[in-house]
Amino acid sequence: MDLTFSPEEQAFRDEVRAFLTTSLPPAMRHRVLEGLLVPAADTIAWQRILHRKGWGGPNWPVEFGGTGWDPVRQFIFEEECAAAGTPRLLPFGLKMVGPVIQAFGNAAQKARFLPRILSAEDWWCQGYSEPGSGSDLASLRTEAVREGDHYVVNGQKTWITLAQHADWIFCLVRTDKAAKAQAGISFLLVDMHSPGVTVRPIVMLDGGVEVNEVWFEDVKVPVENRVGEENKGWTYAKFLLGHERANIAGIGGSKRELARLTRIASLERKNGRPLSEDPLFAARLAQVEIDLIALEITNLRVLSAEAEKRTPGPEASLLKIKGTEIQQALTELMVQAVGPYALPFRIGALEDGFQGPPVGPDYAAPLAATYCNMRKASIYGGSNEIQKNIITQMILAL
Amino acid sequence: MHFDLTDEQRALSDMVARFLAQEYAFEARKKILRSTEGWSRDTWAKMAEMGLLGLQVPEEQGGMAPAVVETLLTMGALGKALVVEPYLSSAVMGTALIRHLASDSQKREWLPAMAAGELIAVPAHGEAGARHELSRVSTSAVRKGAGWVLSGRKAVVLHAPAAGLLLVTARTSGPDDAEEGISVFAVPAGTSGVELVAYPTIDGQRAADVILDGVEVPAASLVGPEGGAFPVLSATFDLGVAALCAEAVGVLQTTLDATLEYTRTRKQFGVPIARFQALQHRMADMLIHVEQARSMSYLAAMHAISGDVRERRRSVSAAKVTIGNACRFVGQQAVQLHGGMGVTDEMAVSHAFKRLLAIELSLGDTEHHLERFIMESK
Repeated sequence: MDLTFSPEEQAFRDEVRAFLTTSLPPAMRHRVLEGLLVPAADTIAWQRILHRKGWGGPNWPVEFGGTGWDPVRQFIFEEECAAAGTPRLLPFGLKMVGPVIQAFGNAAQKARFLPRILSAEDWWCQGYSEPGSGSDLASLRTEAVREGDHYVVNGQKTWITLAQHADWIFCLVRTDKAAKAQAGISFLLVDMHSPGVTVRPIVMLDGGVEVNEVWFEDVKVPVENRVGEENKGWTYAKFLLGHERANIAGIGGSKRELARLTRIASLERKNGRPLSEDPLFAARLAQVEIDLIALEITNLRVLSAEAEKRTPGPEASLLKIKGTEIQQALTELMVQAVGPYALPFRIGALEDGFQGPPVGPDYAAPLAATYCNMRKASIYGGSNEIQKNIITQMILAL
Repeated sequence: MHFDLTDEQRALSDMVARFLAQEYAFEARKKILRSTEGWSRDTWAKMAEMGLLGLQVPEEQGGMAPAVVETLLTMGALGKALVVEPYLSSAVMGTALIRHLASDSQKREWLPAMAAGELIAVPAHGEAGARHELSRVSTSAVRKGAGWVLSGRKAVVLHAPAAGLLLVTARTSGPDDAEEGISVFAVPAGTSGVELVAYPTIDGQRAADVILDGVEVPAASLVGPEGGAFPVLSATFDLGVAALCAEAVGVLQTTLDATLEYTRTRKQFGVPIARFQALQHRMADMLIHVEQARSMSYLAAMHAISGDVRERRRSVSAAKVTIGNACRFVGQQAVQLHGGMGVTDEMAVSHAFKRLLAIELSLGDTEHHLERFIMESK
């Protein structure tokens, strides 16, 4: 047993860190580290910077233009990126539809779609959930009816993250209404610029627009945009969920936020002393830090098992639950740390370069919004209750 | 980075597990608990034969030290079987204390006998006013002629009734809470002036308060430097915590397994109660606690004998906090999910529950270690 990284892995970490020092634009970095809004342009620009370096697909095999890194190197890369404050890479192309196309797409689909994910020419979004189909995803009703060489799609998807920027959406659609729930579903790639596609933003509790409803009205989708076989979409969706959950613990990001919280706690005062020296606050902070240390080792244990050629297993559910609990606890403590100055909520204050008169410390402005925003973490990607169902069935076999 | 065991380590772990499955099944264990001494000389002798009592003994005295991973694997297996033998107190902590502190002649006198299972030596350190604070020692040692006179009371000394040798900490100088000025004295059982108030603990182990009423000991009973025992004492307790964490993971796993098994077989409303989602999610939470505890037992193992004292303390305390929380949660939920059966003496789960309680409170409770983690993080 050895919990230390090998010299090669350490050298890899140094290489990533050196690259980030020289290649991450300071303005981008500032926005992430201060918890400000990250514009879509940052996301695209950062993906292109990585692509030029040859690191556009950190989780992809070499044959598809990826780096071919093993799970431990991917973990180190994500951790260093998070610590440095890079914009988050879009998971929809890189971690979701990309691996599905690689595993189940045909040669034409691979050639057409994969390079444009790496170069950020296509922005993808995920069309799974529907108003009546959340945790019970297989009950989805958006339907695709075959007419000659295309499908006609009708229905409504919801909670579509960043669909307002998207060029493409990958959808689960019902192609056989007679079949049992999971059996009649297909996996379709739909051009968001097609006639009949409407995007309606949903304003969230933090005032932001991160998710949308997407409506399909007689949208024509060429049959060649179906991945894999008709009515086998559920299999591909499950494969995708496994990949989506693989790095969902978010260790690197939580380490960065812990550092921010620690900094804020050292600047805030309670009873005339730094808040970080208050025993009650220090105890809560230390408990989260310890949980994070434990989760990192648990995550490395899962990766280590994965490196032995096992695909992401049900352990990912454990990482998702604990990882999001920690993420949420950190945002909660940050709100608590700044006291009354958590409350001011001014339009534009979350944008870089806000010019309004100062109210409270700068770092306080986004904290309540972030706390509100992060309630999503235990809901998306399969709610934490669904993850417990998976643990129950797949690990505990109850 | 890897989490694999060597073939030898795996073989050791399997051997101990097989041995305990034969020797220490639930009914056999109950018999041991009810016996006068409350532990099994027979089991102890067999553990010596298997080399388990020599893991912390140096090679020169016929052992395998430091053998941290082997020690922790053994502790894990002992945890699964809820073993009540004086392994942690004597074979781990007593032995490590002697190894690091004693003179060569003392080591030659004690360690081979300890490895052979003929001598049990346990630290007698805690005091009523100290709670978990390691440096607070008010038991005094005063020079008299060539020797020393020991006075004071040691609280809840684990396995003191079984010990042939008590490793008594006493203050030879300085204020009560100073790290400087703590010395260790080897006091043989039956020494005049030593009184044991013996009792079982809630988890079925044996312990005693040790009253030292002007106990005269010779100069040769001083173990290690006069007034300078604290660094080794602290390192020994951290090794003890790491070992306790490993034991805890064994107990936690066995407790979870028992709960899964029980809820699969117990039927209510015509179905196994494991079908009920309220119970399923509770067991998923138990699993998360067990896995987080397991991860932290690895961290404690890696840093248990680290030369970086700050990192050692920080990691060991972080581990004990995680394990303490897991012991509390898993223990309580296991009893709850066993329903009425969980609060009877006849189920293994109630015995595991009590061991988990004792582990949480031993060698520094969760609050103590959270506080130490904060101190060492500054």
